[in-house]
Amino acid sequence: MNFAVLVFPASNCDIDCFKAVEDTIGQPVDYVFHTATDLSQYDAILIPGGFSYGDYLRCGAIAQFAPVMAEVRKAAEAGKFILGICNGFQILTEARLLPGALIRNNSLKFRCHSADLIVENNSTAFTRAYRAGEMIDIPIAHGEGSYYVDDETLAQLKADNQIVFRYAGENPNGSVDNIAGVCNKEGNVVGMMPHPERAVHELLGSEDGARMFTSVLNAWRERHGAASVR
Amino acid sequence: MKAKVFVTIKENVLDPQGNAVQGALHTMGFAEVGKVRIGKYMEIELDTADRNEGEQRLIAMCEKLLANTVIEDYRYELEG
Repeated sequence: MNFAVLVFPASNCDIDCFKAVEDTIGQPVDYVFHTATDLSQYDAILIPGGFSYGDYLRCGAIAQFAPVMAEVRKAAEAGKFILGICNGFQILTEARLLPGALIRNNSLKFRCHSADLIVENNSTAFTRAYRAGEMIDIPIAHGEGSYYVDDETLAQLKADNQIVFRYAGENPNGSVDNIAGVCNKEGNVVGMMPHPERAVHELLGSEDGARMFTSVLNAWRERHGAASVR
Repeated sequence: MKAKVFVTIKENVLDPQGNAVQGALHTMGFAEVGKVRIGKYMEIELDTADRNEGEQRLIAMCEKLLANTVIEDYRYELEG
């Protein structure tokens, strides 16, 4: 299974994502620059955290028009697995590949600490190795992570089971309905503010994020008729 | 031709920056201050003589990039 980690100007979690793929599932992974115009060789695309284009105008606003994003759109439509983390989530919402938007934390502070999440939807390609309702420990690090959708869209998200993660304890940013991550209707595109790639070994404080990577490998293997791994 | 674009946060979306500025103004003694909302103001020079076409293209800029219509409203003025 081939992974791409996208690199925009001022991405800064790209190395973490790359290493997380190597360390958790040992699959081939490449850094792919924002100018790339062909992602056809990749089965999964990771859009890492950071401050793409300096977060000018709005987080992710300018990155959504990078050449590589046309390919990401194609990959999403083709059902390939796409995970946006933090700034990657912001880019996916700006690109309208995921619903909603991420706005300034209600505290106005950059919040950087571990957070307990509830796995609300364990049927996505990235969350199938978790139990529904399981509590996991994944760090957050963001200043603009308050998820916003209007009431109508929120009802739709609930009806279509698109809420993937919620904050379990204190809501760190003022997100609507404590939402920490969502997916598209088809479940192949997931976005989340917390950083699973920073929680792949107990030495990092938690290894709860590792199963997002084993999940997607199993989802891919199942799709391609190969034996699944634990 | 010059365009002035005003981007504001939708009424039903929280504006924590506006709330903080409101608090500061109250602390400073400006007790008459009610709600404060913070937005963005942009000046854009357009190299076009056709006002109608210029306006249509400006709307496209607003819809695609300058505002995120999930959370923001925009309005504009065209000069010249």
